[in-house]
Amino acid sequence: MFGKSNNTQAEPEYENIQDRPLLNVELKDLEFGYDPKRPVLRNITHTFNTPEFICIMGPNGVGKSTLIHCINKILKPTGGVVLINGNDTANMKLKEVAKDIGYVPAQSEDSFPLTVVDTVMVGLQNDFKFGTRKEDLERVYETLKMLSIEHLAMRDFNELSAGQHQKVMLARGLVRQPPLVLLDEPTSNLDIRHQIEVTKTLAQMPKLTNSIVIMISHDINITAKYADKIMMISKGGIYAYGTPMEVLTKEALRDVYGVDADIIERDGRPHIILNDSIPIPKEV
Amino acid sequence: MSDYDSDEMVSSYNKYVFRKLLFIVICVVIMIAVIGYASTIGSAGLSPIDVYKTIYNHFFNKSAINGTNDWVVFTIRLPRIMTGLVAGMSLGIAGAAMQSMMKNPLADPYTTGISSGASFGATLAIGLGFTLFGLGGSSGIIVMAFVFSLIPAAVIIMVSSMKHTSAATMILSGIAVMYLFNALTTIIKLSLSETSLAAVYQWSIGDLSGSTWESFQVIAIFGLIGGVILMAMSKKLNILITGDKNAKALGLDAHKLRIALLIIISLMAASVVCFTGIIGFVGLVAPHIVRIFLGSDNRYLIPASAAFGAVLLMVSDLISRTIIAPTFLPVGVITAFIGCPMFLWLLIKARKSMW
Ligand SMILES: Nc1ncnc2c1ncn2[C@@H]1O[C@H](COP(=O)(O)OP(=O)(O)OP(=O)(O)O)[C@@H](O)[C@H]1O
Ligand SMILES: [Mg+2]
Repeated sequence: MFGKSNNTQAEPEYENIQDRPLLNVELKDLEFGYDPKRPVLRNITHTFNTPEFICIMGPNGVGKSTLIHCINKILKPTGGVVLINGNDTANMKLKEVAKDIGYVPAQSEDSFPLTVVDTVMVGLQNDFKFGTRKEDLERVYETLKMLSIEHLAMRDFNELSAGQHQKVMLARGLVRQPPLVLLDEPTSNLDIRHQIEVTKTLAQMPKLTNSIVIMISHDINITAKYADKIMMISKGGIYAYGTPMEVLTKEALRDVYGVDADIIERDGRPHIILNDSIPIPKEV
Repeated sequence: MSDYDSDEMVSSYNKYVFRKLLFIVICVVIMIAVIGYASTIGSAGLSPIDVYKTIYNHFFNKSAINGTNDWVVFTIRLPRIMTGLVAGMSLGIAGAAMQSMMKNPLADPYTTGISSGASFGATLAIGLGFTLFGLGGSSGIIVMAFVFSLIPAAVIIMVSSMKHTSAATMILSGIAVMYLFNALTTIIKLSLSETSLAAVYQWSIGDLSGSTWESFQVIAIFGLIGGVILMAMSKKLNILITGDKNAKALGLDAHKLRIALLIIISLMAASVVCFTGIIGFVGLVAPHIVRIFLGSDNRYLIPASAAFGAVLLMVSDLISRTIIAPTFLPVGVITAFIGCPMFLWLLIKARKSMW
């Protein structure tokens, strides 16, 4: 499905989706606190401007989901700026921000049932058209097939298993082939085969569609195997950013997670063997 | 995994859409049948054929108008029947949209306290003779009910604009305001004479007997405009039911959308309540019965709830006029009597979960 861009309503300047311009996403001194007195994120400065599969890692509650939500304006940063192609998202309409960003939430919400087709169709965002176009249906089909859930198409979203939910949400976030995709633990409920398959698909996407794919994950070995870059978040800031070999070191895992691990190198990528948890070094 | 292909999916999706359209068409056919049958009830001895002929002549063949029949149908029968039709439509649409936007199956057109506001306004007018713009009689009551029914919604909108609130908080503030208005109504009632009390009570139970072409027109205008706007927003409602965060990520400010929807829904419901009093059940149950058959895609749910709400209210009114005639049985009683067993039966039979 990533061959040609068949999105007629998007910019038609490029024939091939690979030729589309890459997005430039800049975070400058980003700060966010649900309670302004106790910021969750501080001094986050980073630029995403390469077509890469980037994994965000870090302990529970450190602010990974919060960071993602600041990028697509679900949350408004309490300090600093998020720039998309140089434009401050604070001055952009939600719709403009959403145009370029696909989002896959960590959890599905219970609600009135839509079929899987209609749920995925929501992701196409062509909400000004009333009817359902055949090309939209075909696009939905291709996306479902990519995740091997095309047989669920006419089922109600509410009646699916947790893993099936997650795949439908993935389809909803990816159906538009956005130039930036933000995924919040999209494989946490998938079986091992599909964890590999989905992660592999996501890892191939940046090169095939000239896009930036940012995924939060707790699965260290899957991440180590497929990520182009890893961003390790600790104590509200970026602890390290780089290739898996650079970031996933014995010291980092000890400092950030309080875990003792051995790292083996295989095909230029780290393989992590988790030994035991150790007391987390106290903050000074 | 099967080799389920794209064409197969497209064709089963189209079948699914066709089923929904069929449901709407069937409701419309029943509506037309009920208009014909209901117009025959009474002492003039018209047959349904006479009724349709009279309606046809009235609009398209003025030379063939039969004076008596025309008068019976257009002056006596149709105002009530057509008011039932548009009131049922508005309540159905308002209920469906309210449930979807609040993401709550218990929501109905009165969720934001409209009924309590309307009762208070009507009680002021009937009991204390207090009206706006110096309007007397029934128009005084109608205007009071209309204006006061919008106050609770206005309070909710004010509160939730000051502090961004969730759907659940909106419902809760609606209930809080409802209690306040009910308390105020009670205070007034304590001071009323028995005849005034009876009149207030009479007003509060929903009923179509006071319908006129004016009530039809007002409800129809609000219903039509509101219905068209809500239909235009139906895809946005579909986005909203996938969650506020996801809606935002798709470029939709859930909070602003909710306020806009609340204004439209409140105006629609208020236009009905001020003429008919509080007709319960239609706005809650009609959309749910439709959901059982059609699922919750708002693009079809809204028109189907309109059609089904109209059928439910018209059939109920028909029954309320015939079952133990000439005794007065308010339509709200019948909607509950028909709607409840029908709804429970469907709930038990339903293959799919509704929520
Ligand atoms: N709506 C909220 N209101 C107040 N505090 C919140 C809210 N959401 C999250 N937090 C707090 O902000 C911090 C960061 O939360 P966040 O969800 O970003 O963590 P996370 O890194 O995604 O964690 P996890 O790995 O568990 O998903 C946590 O301490 C959390 O308690
Ligand atoms: Mg998280």
